[in-house]
Amino acid sequence: MILSYASAGTLSSNDCFITVEHAEQLEITIESIVLDAFGDQIEQVIRGVLKQLKIKKLKVLVQDKGALDYTIKARLITALHRLEKKA
Amino acid sequence: MKRSLLFIPANSPAMLQNADIFGADAIIFDLEDAIHPLEKDAARDLLTCYLERFALPDMELIVRINDRQTPYYIKDVERAVQLPIHTIMLPKAREEDILELSERLTALEKKRKRLAPLMIIPIIERAISLFEIEKIVAHARVSGLLLGGEDLTSDLEVERTKQGLEILFARQMVIYAAKAYRKEAIDTPFTDVGDHVGLVEDATYAKSLGMTAKSCIHPIQIDAINEVFSPSEKQITFAKRVLEAEKEAQEKGLGVFSVDGKMVDKPIIERAKQVLKRVKP
Amino acid sequence: MNMIKNSLGRLVPDDLTPFQGADQIIKKNKRILVDEVIVGGGNKPVETDMTTLFDKLNIQDGMTLSFHHHLRNGDGVLNMVLAEIKKRKLKNLTLAPSAIFPVHEPMVSLIKNGAITNIITNYINGPVALAIELGYLKGMLIMDTHGGRSRAIESGELNIDVAFIATPACDRYGHGNGIEGPSQCGTLGYAIPDLMYAKQKVLITDHLVDRVKKIDLDGRYVHMICHVPSIGDSQGIQSGTTKPTRDPIQLRIAKNTAQLIHELGYIKKGFRFQTGAGGTSLAVAEDIKHIMKDKKIMGAFASGGITNFLVKMHEEGLFEKLYDVQCFDLEAIKSYGRNKNHIMMSASEYGNPYAKPIVNDLDVVVLGATEIDLEFNVNVTTDSFGHIIGGSGGHADTAYGAKLTVITTNLMKSRLSMIKEHVTTITTPGETVDVLVTERGIAINPRRQDLIDKLKHSKLPIMPIEDLLHIAYDFTGIPKPTTRDGRIIGYVRYRDGSIIDSLYQIKGV
Repeated sequence: MILSYASAGTLSSNDCFITVEHAEQLEITIESIVLDAFGDQIEQVIRGVLKQLKIKKLKVLVQDKGALDYTIKARLITALHRLEKKA
Repeated sequence: MKRSLLFIPANSPAMLQNADIFGADAIIFDLEDAIHPLEKDAARDLLTCYLERFALPDMELIVRINDRQTPYYIKDVERAVQLPIHTIMLPKAREEDILELSERLTALEKKRKRLAPLMIIPIIERAISLFEIEKIVAHARVSGLLLGGEDLTSDLEVERTKQGLEILFARQMVIYAAKAYRKEAIDTPFTDVGDHVGLVEDATYAKSLGMTAKSCIHPIQIDAINEVFSPSEKQITFAKRVLEAEKEAQEKGLGVFSVDGKMVDKPIIERAKQVLKRVKP
Repeated sequence: MNMIKNSLGRLVPDDLTPFQGADQIIKKNKRILVDEVIVGGGNKPVETDMTTLFDKLNIQDGMTLSFHHHLRNGDGVLNMVLAEIKKRKLKNLTLAPSAIFPVHEPMVSLIKNGAITNIITNYINGPVALAIELGYLKGMLIMDTHGGRSRAIESGELNIDVAFIATPACDRYGHGNGIEGPSQCGTLGYAIPDLMYAKQKVLITDHLVDRVKKIDLDGRYVHMICHVPSIGDSQGIQSGTTKPTRDPIQLRIAKNTAQLIHELGYIKKGFRFQTGAGGTSLAVAEDIKHIMKDKKIMGAFASGGITNFLVKMHEEGLFEKLYDVQCFDLEAIKSYGRNKNHIMMSASEYGNPYAKPIVNDLDVVVLGATEIDLEFNVNVTTDSFGHIIGGSGGHADTAYGAKLTVITTNLMKSRLSMIKEHVTTITTPGETVDVLVTERGIAINPRRQDLIDKLKHSKLPIMPIEDLLHIAYDFTGIPKPTTRDGRIIGYVRYRDGSIIDSLYQIKGV
């Protein structure tokens, strides 16, 4: 089995680093400096994008340094495109 | 009639989020020099999501795409057409590059049913472009010219200095071409961010030659640039009188009117409105 | 521990006086003054090592030991005393340093082993703060203001057994100052209450001379002197100031702050001003300087912690006097040594609510915040996660005294709004705070209708604080509210001795 993953973003303040990997189910892990306050919301953003793109199987790791929703969305989209290119 | 243009790296969330508070008249979202080759895609996506989410009223929104010789150019243009921006800034612009870009835009705008056509600001940063400058500026999509001093002095193989003698010819060509076609002449950035006095001198000098605006790479320079390039008292007074005369003429039911013995037509009224918009508080 | 709600709705230990309003207690109560402890004139005994010193002072378990923080992160004295405490395996001590810095890391092991059980201080950051917030201190952390600490000492509420007073230069009569010697630090304002009222006073010095050039510490209060090779590191002592910020957001905030102060008409002849030593404060001072120079205005005084920037303004004729409770850098130290209108003030003269303090004469003070809430209550003690990151220092004192109190802060830091519905910890009550300036807008406390009226036609972006909060939430989203459920590890004591908030243990890192 070919292990394929891709990532996008940075660990700078206000940004996030998102890594995506092919998987057998949907698995979302979030590490954030504002986990208590915004952990749920970050997960909503991730799920929203995946739903729109009709992706049901994926492993996602979000390492967040206080990114706003639009940044999370963008980094996920870029990571997914990069993952696609690797296939 | 913008006075200041601020370059912001499109891949930096921290900078994008604060684009609106620095007081710049225009923002140049940079996909070119500020972005690492491996991050061009990330920058495009981040800019797209940012502009989807945030409106920036009262500012001209510009994207500096990668030049035509790069592998990123086509994707940049395709994305730009989908963004709520006004203008594309094209690096290392030559006449044929402008023609190509314009054609590409026309096709994409039609395909995507984009209502407002994108304007182009070519960056004059190659010696050869100075010999094609009239054809470049005359193009219908071109709204103004930006002088790219750093790359130009690279092309000339000379040192870039604060006095700027080495770019004087290019500065003047940009100004003459822009003025000949009544378009904007935008000066190159002053890169020594710590030298406030030098910045004001450079901006004042550029204005005296005929530049109508100046670009910059650090927000701390914006207030000074806005101050230098704001309309003069004379211009402000004239603009106020134009609008007063327009009001009077409308009240009297007159279609045509004059100020100081000269007939005032629509471009002059528009110009007057722009001038008053840019008056410092 | 049983808790009771104070007038700001905060839970505080019920065996202490709860906060009732910034004025209430001061207006109702008379000043309490215990007797000064005066030793008299003549030569003082000179020891040369900590061990003999401790023997002579008869330091016992359970005592209260005090220190000042004029040597800041270059301090060597507190650590010398800690080493001796460790050696003697003393227990249950109360330490009352006026501030604690990262250099005081050796305190951590003494907290963990119970040598130190209570700490009373005005400002704390670094490893000691971390150890306390994780719950290692077996007693309480009490956080005072600079003015409040002097009130506590003079009233006997803070009863000091031994004051270890780091003194850059002293003579055999026990007279001392901070402007001579290799560890010079400038004024010694925070040492004065300890000097006057502690049961025993020791000057610890590395520069013993025949006669000091200036007497800032009066030898008549001094029991003995301890002469050691070095009391601290001059680099750490003298680098308390930063430069004016270059951050474009902070600069925008600074510019609007200066503009606001100007529009309200405060910048005029006789102007009385205080601000901090951080980057944004200095940028504000810079903008105010331009306005003053432009309009040829001479202010009456600048006060507080003095920086080279304020020294320059004084020497350029923009402020007639400098009232100095601590020097932040070498230029300030030198200025205090040579300028006759650069005047030292004790912590009491600075901020003691019962002493007609200088803070009450202030026109304008510009302060920072880690958080501010819709009632304009300000937090400078903890961050939004409950970590102890500082403390009032002079914050609550100056906010009370100044005619105009301006708070400057970014609206958001890494997805967290600095404006909250309720701050994590209240340091300074909202009734003493007038204006908030952020990069996206300015809010005026509704209690100040006079300011709102004055700024009716201003072009500054003024809006209700609720609107600013909504702008922040629009960016960040609405955060899930956090609960503070750790055990009480201490409390924030307002300048009048009442308890304005409690401090809670945080979850382990």
